[in-house]
Amino acid sequence: MPVNPELQGREFPPAAPYLVGREKVREFARAVFATSPINHDVEAARAAGHADVVAPPTFAVVVQEHTLAQLLAEPDAGIDFSRVVHGDQRFTSSRAIVAGDELTARLTVSSVKTLGAHSMVTAESVISDAAGEHVVTAISTLVVRGDD
Amino acid sequence: MTQANQTPDFDALAVGEVVAERHVHLTRDALVRYAGASGDFNPIHYRDDVAASVGLPGVLAHGMLTMGLAVQPVVDWAGDPARVADYQVRFTRPVVVDPEQGADVAISAKIGQLDAEARTARVDLTVTFEGATVLGKAQVRVVLA
Repeated sequence: MPVNPELQGREFPPAAPYLVGREKVREFARAVFATSPINHDVEAARAAGHADVVAPPTFAVVVQEHTLAQLLAEPDAGIDFSRVVHGDQRFTSSRAIVAGDELTARLTVSSVKTLGAHSMVTAESVISDAAGEHVVTAISTLVVRGDD
Repeated sequence: MTQANQTPDFDALAVGEVVAERHVHLTRDALVRYAGASGDFNPIHYRDDVAASVGLPGVLAHGMLTMGLAVQPVVDWAGDPARVADYQVRFTRPVVVDPEQGADVAISAKIGQLDAEARTARVDLTVTFEGATVLGKAQVRVVLA
């Protein structure tokens, strides 16, 4: 079943707010081999001018994930998760994520393209802080493999 | 521990200069750790039987794990993870992680472009596994102002 082309342009309601925990930042940092003290040590982070430990540049994927789950659950999307391959990924930040941030992500499907039997769905999740200020935009292209 | 908060001198940089290189040895433990930290529990990243059943050559590292670890040499060079303003990759080839031998990923970070007005550097990453590139168009924009 091909991906529904009418998904293009669809906006989703904001996902539930995500509270960034200090230990979560440290756990994620260890998992991506991040050894900068600014990722782990509150004093080092404060000395560098940050409010708390700073998350690695790809941490936003944890928050974005909740919006992608909304997309995959969309009843008319036609996206079979077992056929999804991650095509590309981008993070464009206004500022780094730090422990203590309360983040809200909102997904828009920016494009749906068909390439032979495959579909390419590009989804953009805009992540804002509790004050409504932009923090980071996470853009993913999911390749949905068609029947071989 | 790496020393934090020492920003490279923008004016001393040149396009083509290699600013960081690193090898990372990935094991199955690393994949399980990333699964837990990220919440991506797709079994192709820890179960050989599931990977085989969907036609994969073996258990694969999460693309987002490869993306996440590949930027770390740049973070250490830049002195602060907050200096990364933009980071993009294309996932071109999977990293197969052998249950016993693991997988060695090599990272090389080179200055691709310099914007003197914004004092930002575009750092281009070459990330290889078994001699082949696994990430395409891997670019990091770093603010050095």
